[in-house]
Amino acid sequence: MNKDVVVVAEHFRGQLNEITFELLGKGREVAQGLGGKLIVFLLGEGAHRFTGELGAADRVWVAEAPEFREFVSEAYASWIGPKLKEAAPRLVLLGSTSVGLDLLGLLSTRCGFPCLDTCVRLEAKNGAVIATSQVYGGKVFAEVLLPEETTLVAAVPGSFAPEAGRVSGNPEVHALTVPPGQPASRVAFRKLIEPPPGDVDITRVSVLVGVGRGMQNAENLSLAQDLSAALGGAVCASRPVIDQGWLPLTRQVGKSGMKVKPKLYLAFGISGAPEHLEGMKQSETIIAVNTDPGAPIFSVAHYGAVVDALDLLPLLIEEIHNLSMKKAS
Amino acid sequence: MIPTTSRLGPVPGWAVLWILFLLALGIFLWRVVFLVRLLRLGRAEDRFDHIPARLKRVVVYVLGQRRILDEPLVGIPHALIFYGFVVFLLATSGMLLQALLPGLSIPTAERNRVLGPLVDIFAVLVLGGLAVSSFRRYVIRPAGLQLTFDAALVNTLIAALMVTYLLFEGFRLVALPAETGVWFPVGQWLAGVFSTSAMLRAHALFFYHLFWWPHTLIFLFFLGYLPQSKHLHLLAAPFSAFFSQLGPLGRLPAPAGDKTQLGAERLEEFTWRQLLSAFACAECGRCERTCPSFQCGEPCSPRQLIHNLKEQLLHYGPALLEKVRATADGGELALIGNLISPQELWSCTTCLACSVRCPVMNEHMSIMVDLRRRLVERGEVDTRLEEALRNLARYGNSFGQSERKRAVWTQGLDFKPKDARKEPVEWLWYLGEYACYHPALEGITRSLARVLRAAEVDYGILYEAERNSGNDTRRVGEEGLFELLREKNLATLKKTRFSNLFSTDPHVYNTLKNEYPELNHGQHAVYHYTELLASLLERGRLKVTRKLPYRVTYQDPCYLGRYNGVYEAPRRVLRALGVKLVEMPRSRGDSLCCGGGGGRIWMEEIGEVHSRPSESRVREAAALENLQFLAVACPKDYVMFTDALKTTGLEGRLAIKDLSELVAEATGLSPVAESTRPGAVPVVR
Amino acid sequence: MKIAVVLKQVPDLVEGLEIDVSGKAVDPGTVRYILSESDDHALEEALLIKERVGGQVEVYSVDTGDAKETLITALAKGADHAILVNAELESSPDNHTAAQVFAPIFRERPFDLLLMGVRAIDDLDGSLGGLIAGLLDLPYVGLIRKVQVGAEPRSVVVEKEFPGGYAMELAAILPAVLGIQAAEQPPRYVPITRLRQMMKTAVVEELLVPTPHPHPLVVERLFKPEEGAGAAMLSGSPDQLSRQIADLIVERHLLR
Repeated sequence: MNKDVVVVAEHFRGQLNEITFELLGKGREVAQGLGGKLIVFLLGEGAHRFTGELGAADRVWVAEAPEFREFVSEAYASWIGPKLKEAAPRLVLLGSTSVGLDLLGLLSTRCGFPCLDTCVRLEAKNGAVIATSQVYGGKVFAEVLLPEETTLVAAVPGSFAPEAGRVSGNPEVHALTVPPGQPASRVAFRKLIEPPPGDVDITRVSVLVGVGRGMQNAENLSLAQDLSAALGGAVCASRPVIDQGWLPLTRQVGKSGMKVKPKLYLAFGISGAPEHLEGMKQSETIIAVNTDPGAPIFSVAHYGAVVDALDLLPLLIEEIHNLSMKKAS
Repeated sequence: MIPTTSRLGPVPGWAVLWILFLLALGIFLWRVVFLVRLLRLGRAEDRFDHIPARLKRVVVYVLGQRRILDEPLVGIPHALIFYGFVVFLLATSGMLLQALLPGLSIPTAERNRVLGPLVDIFAVLVLGGLAVSSFRRYVIRPAGLQLTFDAALVNTLIAALMVTYLLFEGFRLVALPAETGVWFPVGQWLAGVFSTSAMLRAHALFFYHLFWWPHTLIFLFFLGYLPQSKHLHLLAAPFSAFFSQLGPLGRLPAPAGDKTQLGAERLEEFTWRQLLSAFACAECGRCERTCPSFQCGEPCSPRQLIHNLKEQLLHYGPALLEKVRATADGGELALIGNLISPQELWSCTTCLACSVRCPVMNEHMSIMVDLRRRLVERGEVDTRLEEALRNLARYGNSFGQSERKRAVWTQGLDFKPKDARKEPVEWLWYLGEYACYHPALEGITRSLARVLRAAEVDYGILYEAERNSGNDTRRVGEEGLFELLREKNLATLKKTRFSNLFSTDPHVYNTLKNEYPELNHGQHAVYHYTELLASLLERGRLKVTRKLPYRVTYQDPCYLGRYNGVYEAPRRVLRALGVKLVEMPRSRGDSLCCGGGGGRIWMEEIGEVHSRPSESRVREAAALENLQFLAVACPKDYVMFTDALKTTGLEGRLAIKDLSELVAEATGLSPVAESTRPGAVPVVR
Repeated sequence: MKIAVVLKQVPDLVEGLEIDVSGKAVDPGTVRYILSESDDHALEEALLIKERVGGQVEVYSVDTGDAKETLITALAKGADHAILVNAELESSPDNHTAAQVFAPIFRERPFDLLLMGVRAIDDLDGSLGGLIAGLLDLPYVGLIRKVQVGAEPRSVVVEKEFPGGYAMELAAILPAVLGIQAAEQPPRYVPITRLRQMMKTAVVEELLVPTPHPHPLVVERLFKPEEGAGAAMLSGSPDQLSRQIADLIVERHLLR
């Protein structure tokens, strides 16, 4: 085993995902701390075009094949696994995502590497690597000393700064040859399902009013809608609200939904499950309202209030209306 | 010549009369036997106990027309028509019998001094009553009243019956004037009119027979027709009243023996009394008009429920009786999904207004709950309700909060209420989950705790051992969960030593009082907290230091008022506090449900709702002049009405107060400043 | 079609949890266990597949002291066979240990499909499904929201969730392992009467297996984040709070 750090890059619909840059930034830091190299594993069809963005790395392994055009865990794992075993890096960084999470388990048992998920902090210290992961809905953190062997670590998107991964550089690019017909995968891509055409693209709205279970029932959504109308914004929601059918899928914020970074995110009755936080914690200003003072949303919010959203909203709406009228006159 | 005791001689066509009579009687009996056989398809149920009490029911409700007279505009005409019917039944049967058996001497209207004038007067009254009811039926057209051909036919025939009677009576009196002293007001007047014509005078007997025959034919027609028409209720109502539920209204019948098929949906799974509802129902629509869910636009209709049961019974019953069709079930289509939608069943709040108003004493609720039991058994419950049920099963409360947090409300007190699990108490306070867990109610619970302590009441609570009592769980149809909760609660209560039990929640009060049999066997009495407060105030254990200068109205909770007859205690409390009590138009037994019962508070709204019952009610309160507070004695009322004030924008107009808050204020146990003024948003403490 | 489902008990967060004195584990005295939510969805999806195409649903759970009730509930919902796996473990195993418990079992009892939740709240070392698939050398796809039987024999078509509301339709050759994110409909309700009936009559197979000894990750310490740390908490009546929040909005020039 050497001291290198390998990052498995992720791309979707023709673009490298932000998690890739987060991992690059953190991977570079840890590789330097260990005295090893940062290597990026890049699979795709025509993946070569991404190499220019991978300046943070020392080396890039590119494997191109039609089977890699879309992410299929089977295909990727059967290729990455043997390569990793051969290279024996210290650390393999993945995103805790639709891509990375699939690979994490498969690679762990196929290659015999220990693995850790939901990582939010990572550092190298005197040759050892210490990772902190979140569990129990973000209510508890676990600090783990990684074993002295090749270990896979999946990081929660939004944990590391992507800017640190967007540096210019000139990595060595090694093209790996993929024999035709390889890899033989028992899972085949059929098609991409687009989200239903939405009325609003919430990723482009500067003020978002987020609603969660604390709003209690669909009728109360009108309060959120009134507020967002008064502020010229849009209503979005956490997963449970979407699952109930109160709002369409395009309004879902979180791991499986949209990732938003508005100027203002108002969270009403949202407890702050990690999956949701992932989608909005990078908002410029977050004001959270929840009746539970221990709600995890308060750990990412800039301002918080412990009060029933249903009591607060009518008053807030009135206040905004009054101020708007004063401003107009 | 047939010998006859009638001074007028025999009626012509005696043989034809016999044939028609036997025909009509035969049709009548055949139909009645058929209907009884249909009823016997249903499950057994013992309603033959306490015969004297049951007979009294028939006297009060059927003969006394008690519930009919609740709506005077239609009640009085109906009562007149009904009594007229009874009188005419006697009179015409006597007359018919006399005609069939001329040799017998039967006290007919012709010769009986009392019956004769009575029938005479009633004929007119009935016509008057018909005129009013027709006016209401065809001109005013109230909601829920179906304008069927059957009803029109029957009303026309009754009118014809009266008219033919008066006519032939008039002619009879021409042919055979009455004895002196016997007074036939209308008949004699008509006789006078007819006598002015010589031709009529000469042929009076002929005309007498001329109108006698149609009258009798109509009567015979009725005999055969009645059991086929909506007027079957004439026959069935006395029975439905006789066999009505004698026990407390708040006790739902437990499901029948077979635990694997809970509830009812197939005809044979209903009891015969439930099936009898279908025949007794006159489709008057009182139940529907008084139903809060129906009024606000939800699909719930008690009348439609009974009607659909009848449709199902008449449609598939015959095949079931014969069992000749290929399938043993007679090809019976499922009731739910075809005639009755699940939404109809879920929109019921179990307020009992329908049953309490029903003149034939039908029990809509038991049918509805049995159908709900079947839906639950199939797992067909909406997500929110399912969540509430899962929480109840796992945590003992519908909020999904830990059992360990049940007594967190006590932390705001500067004393610790007695722990009834550890020491004996005189009064066990069974709080109910809303009082313990709902953030808006904790302050109210604490108020009551302080008030009772000031009155030196020896009370205690169960702390974390208290679980949901199961009232609404049972009414939602989850009988198994109800039994589980009851078992756990009884086990806890068995280990507790107390004399009396009271609750702040009428739902809890209802089920502990009526559905926890072991609890009430002589040793303990179950009360609502308003009863306790009334007693404390009247005996001076609680001293009013400040008479409250408010104008207040009071909401009678369904489970306290209609279900258990407690109307006065809360009013005694209010009067003792010095408030000016103003009643809403719909009060006491007419009180409008807040819409939260029957598990509705755990469910989504159903259908296109234009005005929730709670909103309608707060508007009714707000319409009272200078009213400051709507006083409540039920936590669900408190929650529903506070929300309704917000959605109707009436927050500045009036505020909601629980009786404990008012008592606390009047006895100096809460600073005046803390009391919620109308307009202020309740602060969550 | 033979569908196997693995169910795991996790701490019920409604009851809260506390970290024990060692600081390395959760205090078991404070914990009540409940079925992992995504496992419940996996069971529901399995039952839906069975209702559509017929077959058998077998549910497995590692015995940690209270898994039996969960297995019986699964039977009440319509599962055909329940197996309580006793690996003589002292506490709830991590996923690597669990994978080593189940892999040999499934080698003996082959399935067409193996379903389980894609993630449980106490997962630290990856999805159990992926780990088992790796040991058995079977295909694995995670974050599934829909499973349909494929047109070709011995295959399924699945929908895998991606961010932004996107999803991918994939075809997998059986036998395969799937990590379920959500079933096509919420997990069904079991009326208590049926459940109580089942409790009396249900038969749960008890399977004794050798205790595996993998090398688990060493947790140095467990800690809770400070409450509200990060957020500047506002206080006051709802009236006052609404004014404060409105002020914050105005400060940021976000008022129209």
